Amino acid sequence: MELSYYPGCTLKTTARNFETTALAVLELFDMQARELPEWYCCGVNFSQVQDNLMLQLAPLRTLMRAKQTGSRQLLTLCAMCYNTLRRAQQFIGEDEARRATINDFMDHEGGDFTGDEVEIIDILTLLKQIGPDKLQARITRPVSLQVAPYYGCLLLRPRTVAIDDPNNPQIMENLLSAVGCQPVAYPFRTDCCASYQIVNEPQIVHSQTKKIVTSAVQHGAELLVVLCPLCHYNLDAVQAEIARAERTFKTVPVLYFTQLLALIFGLPAALNDFGTHRIDPVPTLKAKGLL
Amino acid sequence: MKKIGVFICHCGINIAGTVDVKGIAEKLKNYPGVVFIQDYKYMCSDPGQNLIREQIRELGLEAVVVAACSPTLHEATFRRAVESVGMNPYECEIANIREQCSWVHHDKTAATAKAEIIIKSVIEKARLDEDLAPVQVPITRRALVIGGGVAGMQAALNIANSGFEVLLVEKNPSIGGRMAQLSETFPTLDCSQCILTPKMVEVAQHPRIKLLTYSELTDVSGFVGNFRVTIRQKARYVDWQKCTGCGVCMEKCPVKVASEFDSQLANRRAIYTPFPQAVPNKPVLDRPHCTYFKTGKCQICKKLCPFDAIDYDQQDVVLTEEVGAIVVATGYDLYGLEHLPEYGAGNIPDVIDGLTFERILSASGPFSGEVRRPSDGKVPQEVVFIKCVGSRDPENHYPYCSKVCCMYTTKHAMLYKHRVPDGQAYVFYMDVRADGKGYEEFYQRAAEEDKVLYLRGKVAKMYRDNGKIIVCGYDTLSGENVEIGADLVVLATAIRPAQGAVELAKLLKIQVDQHGFLTEAHPKLRPVESLTAGIFLAGCAQSPRDIPDTVAQAAGAASMVTTLFARECLYHEPITTGVNEELCSGCGICVAVCPYDARQLHREKHVVEVNEVLCEGCGACAAACPSGAAQQRNFKDAQLINMIKAILT
Amino acid sequence: MTAMTLLTKSEEINTMKPKIALNKKILQSAGATQVSEISGVNVFACYQCGNCSAACPAVEFMDLPPHQVIRLVQMGLTAELLKTNTPWICLACINCTVKCPRGVDIARVMEGLRSIFLRDKFEHINLNEIERRLREDLPQIALIANFRKNLQ
Repeated sequence: MELSYYPGCTLKTTARNFETTALAVLELFDMQARELPEWYCCGVNFSQVQDNLMLQLAPLRTLMRAKQTGSRQLLTLCAMCYNTLRRAQQFIGEDEARRATINDFMDHEGGDFTGDEVEIIDILTLLKQIGPDKLQARITRPVSLQVAPYYGCLLLRPRTVAIDDPNNPQIMENLLSAVGCQPVAYPFRTDCCASYQIVNEPQIVHSQTKKIVTSAVQHGAELLVVLCPLCHYNLDAVQAEIARAERTFKTVPVLYFTQLLALIFGLPAALNDFGTHRIDPVPTLKAKGLL
Repeated sequence: MKKIGVFICHCGINIAGTVDVKGIAEKLKNYPGVVFIQDYKYMCSDPGQNLIREQIRELGLEAVVVAACSPTLHEATFRRAVESVGMNPYECEIANIREQCSWVHHDKTAATAKAEIIIKSVIEKARLDEDLAPVQVPITRRALVIGGGVAGMQAALNIANSGFEVLLVEKNPSIGGRMAQLSETFPTLDCSQCILTPKMVEVAQHPRIKLLTYSELTDVSGFVGNFRVTIRQKARYVDWQKCTGCGVCMEKCPVKVASEFDSQLANRRAIYTPFPQAVPNKPVLDRPHCTYFKTGKCQICKKLCPFDAIDYDQQDVVLTEEVGAIVVATGYDLYGLEHLPEYGAGNIPDVIDGLTFERILSASGPFSGEVRRPSDGKVPQEVVFIKCVGSRDPENHYPYCSKVCCMYTTKHAMLYKHRVPDGQAYVFYMDVRADGKGYEEFYQRAAEEDKVLYLRGKVAKMYRDNGKIIVCGYDTLSGENVEIGADLVVLATAIRPAQGAVELAKLLKIQVDQHGFLTEAHPKLRPVESLTAGIFLAGCAQSPRDIPDTVAQAAGAASMVTTLFARECLYHEPITTGVNEELCSGCGICVAVCPYDARQLHREKHVVEVNEVLCEGCGACAAACPSGAAQQRNFKDAQLINMIKAILT
Repeated sequence: MTAMTLLTKSEEINTMKPKIALNKKILQSAGATQVSEISGVNVFACYQCGNCSAACPAVEFMDLPPHQVIRLVQMGLTAELLKTNTPWICLACINCTVKCPRGVDIARVMEGLRSIFLRDKFEHINLNEIERRLREDLPQIALIANFRKNLQ
């Protein structure tokens, strides 16, 4: 089955591990995710103002490119891209006046934006659709591993784009169980990593990272899995900074969800550049027989 | 030609301000059949009515047209007036020149012309009106009360004490309802069962109340004064004639089932009474949980019963009864914790709802009145109460206020402090609604005397941590985020209609609102009646309310029932549609069209018959009849055609 | 009471908070209603339950908690709000909006406040002040998101 794939900027740089492992995992289930021949930065944050539609252009143009490939589904791995593309599609698509304004402005796109260009899908939903039986059948390296799922914000909020119940999501826990891991229950799995404040107000990120990691470790986590490059940085690089400052701080390695799946499914470890991780996951993965 | 008198009302300036009533009186004084026409300031007043009476007497009027406000207001008034001097009331017609004319137009010339046309058309109707007599409908002076909680019991007692027989149907094995589950009631802190059980016994012993517990209504037909109801008495597999309530079977039954009455905190047996003070105090056998019915083994209860009262072959009994009025008092359920993922979705044992806390507080509850928590039986030292859980939440749950939670949470906090004086109680609230007698004073006591800490704000999140429940809330009064390590959390969840209430409403053909609460006939002026004549409402089935309001409303519903029964008979409007058998070809179109099932095709005679009592005079059959065999009394085709002609010329 | 004490007292008075005068001119002015217009949110649905503030992960770093921001918007005090750090500490995690029982989109209101500031002043941060080391280390999305929030 073929579907279109929108990487977004970071998947080509600091989050390359996410892309390589996700695409390889999908291939195992006969899914070919074809990168869009033409795509643009999604803008990262969905602009929440009502009166400046210029700020919606970036995501919309990508959606129109996706429509032109003829594919009904557009996969995006980064949670921030997912959120922005979906919210932009809804915001402009649902209102005739806004659509008219945007279409009047966009002269060179080869058509009008209608709002139903593609079905934007995230990796977790795609894996859920594949189904636990097929996933279980692919286990090559069965592993006993306590994994703390970290959802972050943008896959679950606002409700209009949520892939699961924001108050009690279970989609990652179910997928982890399907591949033989033990999901760890801890209270901060949907608390924000503090996102872009790493630039200007890093103390907020430090506070959140400390809270999230401490709780996960307290509840027995041996690994933390994420779905977003910014969450990864905040939970990985900042964790390393905290560990440097506090010798007794217990760390836990942070992987993209598909990195874990790829290893369990027996895909080559070379898909990953473990050097980009600040908290080295290699010792844990070796100890568990995944490497 | 029929002598018609026309009386045009000014209604102060309501009509006369826009319609030239004097002008119309002048214009129509020579209209065919009009022997008297006059305008008057207020026709509905005594002098106004006397004017009509005088002219009937003096001129021998044969029909009267009053041009005034809507007939819904004063048609009855004027008809009574003409009847008092010997005219048939159905010869009195109203021409609505207010709601349908003066109140909706500004242009005086156009409004006057329109009023004239309206009056002319009604004169034409009156011209061909016939004397009619209201249809007499007999009344079965017996009431059915559905629901054996305090509302149903109160209504049943009031009706029975007025001398009428009452059937009280309750789906649970015992009457008592929610009030039987409560520990103490606010604001007096009376023991709930102590004040309730005398009523339960009175109901059981009342010679005019037939109590049918473990039973449900399965069918209803008929209309006010003449309902036919079918009730299914579920098989209880115990012969209650032989059973003495000795309790041996319950003691020895090996099967344990989580008790619904005790909010799943304790167990009952497969053969059980729901609580010790149950009325009737005879057990029922819960078939789905019974070992004998599942596997054919056991039979311990049968072997041990000294009175040979166990009967595994017992069948459901289906009764058909005739009643004249029905009171619906089906009560409430609490919004389930499974709907609240932000508070653990019912998976945290020490996060409970209000009724569960009542069972913990209750002297006859699972902990004999000691405040202990469900998970480990420890006495909680830090208890958090949260109000407005699922209520006042249009975005995620219910938009309305559940009314009683402010008071019962105050009560809970106080009772907790009385039993665990060293403990700390916190109440997260948005408002405190203490509107009843003694309620505000009661709430102040909780804060001042029992030092309950009221925190104004909601709780965004809670999670388990090492035997505690970490509650993350806010206090807007101090502007602080507040985190409490609670041992026990009590949620005041929303009150919603009892399960099965919506299905019952469909059966009875009464209305419910979008949340399933029964709809009253008028929100202000008719709070105990449904929109269906003869069916009345009481208690939380209609909307959340406390015990005094419930009892008052039940008494109100009972009063409406006895008022109905006090009449000799019911009178049904005679503007029904008959059948001219000579013209009727038996095509049956009118039967299909009738919304009230009032018409039936007679197989042998091949003509249609009509039940005058069911016919509501909507006219659908008259419009549909191709041969004119269906003519509505005083709305005959000839009358309508003349009215149209008067309007168009 | 000495003269010294009297002087100290009047110094204190100068730093005390003045009363807020309200009238329909203030409440219905463009400045007061601007936030609602830009964000498309009816703040009058808020009944100050505080759930948003209870849920906000960054509230301890804020001058004013989210529910008080909504309160001041209700009272037309936009100018006061623009002096606080709250809209800039906001993480745009949308937790407040999801938790609100009245459906008030608090996250949008924060964006509205940021927009009013930026449309007037254009910049809330100085790009040159971002450490080079940090710039090169961060994933692009951190920088872009930060610019989208802090620059017009």
